[in-house]
Amino acid sequence: MTLIRLSDVTKSFPAAARSAPPVVAVDGVSLSIASGEVCGIIGYSGAGKSTVLRLLNGLESPTTGSVEIDGRDITRLSERELRTLRGDIGMIFQQFNLFDSRTVAGNVAYPLEIAGRGKAEIRERVAELLRFVGLSDKAKNYPEQLSGGQKQRVGIARALATEPRILLADEATSALDPDTTQEVLALLKRVNRELGITIVVITHEMEVVREIADRVIVMEHGRIVEDGSVFDILSRPQSKATRRFVASIIEDVPTGDKWRALRERHPGRIVTFTIREGTVAQAEVFSAFARHGVRFELIHGGINDIRGRIFGHLTLALTGEPDAIQRAIDAASEFASFVEEASRG
Amino acid sequence: MDRLNDLLPELLQATIDTLYITTFALICGGIIGLVLGLALYATREGSLFPNKAVFGVLNVIVNTFRPIPFIILLTAVQPLARAVGLPGIGIEFAVFAVSIASLFAISRIVEQNLLTVRPGVIEAARAAGASRSRILFRLVPREALGPLVLGYTFIVVALVDMTAMAGAIGAGGLGQFAIVYGFRQFNPWVTWAAVLVIIVIVQAVQFFGNWLARRILRR
Repeated sequence: MTLIRLSDVTKSFPAAARSAPPVVAVDGVSLSIASGEVCGIIGYSGAGKSTVLRLLNGLESPTTGSVEIDGRDITRLSERELRTLRGDIGMIFQQFNLFDSRTVAGNVAYPLEIAGRGKAEIRERVAELLRFVGLSDKAKNYPEQLSGGQKQRVGIARALATEPRILLADEATSALDPDTTQEVLALLKRVNRELGITIVVITHEMEVVREIADRVIVMEHGRIVEDGSVFDILSRPQSKATRRFVASIIEDVPTGDKWRALRERHPGRIVTFTIREGTVAQAEVFSAFARHGVRFELIHGGINDIRGRIFGHLTLALTGEPDAIQRAIDAASEFASFVEEASRG
Repeated sequence: MDRLNDLLPELLQATIDTLYITTFALICGGIIGLVLGLALYATREGSLFPNKAVFGVLNVIVNTFRPIPFIILLTAVQPLARAVGLPGIGIEFAVFAVSIASLFAISRIVEQNLLTVRPGVIEAARAAGASRSRILFRLVPREALGPLVLGYTFIVVALVDMTAMAGAIGAGGLGQFAIVYGFRQFNPWVTWAAVLVIIVIVQAVQFFGNWLARRILRR
């Protein structure tokens, strides 16, 4: 069931200089996100992803187009109605944005106070949330006494206080070290699985997307350049921007400097083939080489497991009689497609 | 020194007058300055209630009155005091003049300290469903309370200074005491006694302000 739908949304901001044209942050974006999904929006800074996130809870309103949450166009809502809507949409931030003047419990209680809940209910709910994020012992501490990871867990507890259906994460792990990032991502996975909350994550790290998202949307210059399942995007990136993001975490087909370095070390023939779930029989490829007396060495690549689905790129240096190598490749081509030197960028 | 002994009742009265003027000017100027500071903060571009016109007008007013030397402002506001039914001289007038002079400085200090609240914190409150006015009147002042207390402490010290100057127009207080009994009667001991009392007042205020801010900031 579609929970979030953006239809042909643009958002432009007035330029800093009066004579300059307005800055178009979001340019004709349409997307829909299903209930229960974890959707990653990835892009470099200035790609418009932050603005898209803020359109979802009405912190920004679109210049044109519509933003529907659960079938309701929120661009038509009054400020008061938007505030009610925000109780149904939690948000966490890169810099955590906790209230320094409030304790951990006070921070988590804030949205409940805004929603006008009773004191006893607030106390109970805060205790429950702090248990969920594992910070019960920190209730009376102040934010400055917490580590980055703990702060973000408080941020998550605060965002979940009013039992929202949607959680927006704005670069939620970008200020954290790798271990803490894993800890926070694991918590977000629990939020999605145990509480069934739809999560929209914006990030510039493909690692975050691979770790928690089902679906990824790649943005560049205010537009969506690619949209698909994480497996499809990672194993078969189409656009240049996507390929760059994918290359940051996946050992793919070596090109450029990487390729030149491999070439230097291995003067013979080098081929790369791609494995994607059941479509390529690795064993058949290797036995074809063996049958033709071709020796091979794995010099680059790896196998990736995206929630149980396998893909990868393997680059081999081949040694043997040139004719035998050609015959081996011809035989193996029945099972896999090979990238050779001529076609590298 | 003997002369100083004789003047002790006058010194005590002058100290009380100084504290009286400072306290009431702090209350009047402090409250109006707080409101003006909140207005400046709120109407600034990108803030909670951005309004170029209102911000522009307030900004010009503050910038016009704040740099006027106090001794000139003191005499300049005399007709204004009379117009609102206050005496143009004495302790009530001093409260009036010091309040007016301080409120512009206070509004700037309030504005600048409120600006220390990170925009992200305000965004988090808005994302939690808080209204703009609730954020402006409840969250932002609370988040900036530590620096605000330090700002007000700074202002109190400036108020003691202004109060002393108000002695020049017969407002009473330690300034007048130093001029009348010390300077005009060639008795530096009397002047130094007034200086000493002022130093004690200022130190006490600063100490209390620092202590309060430390407690609020938990450092």
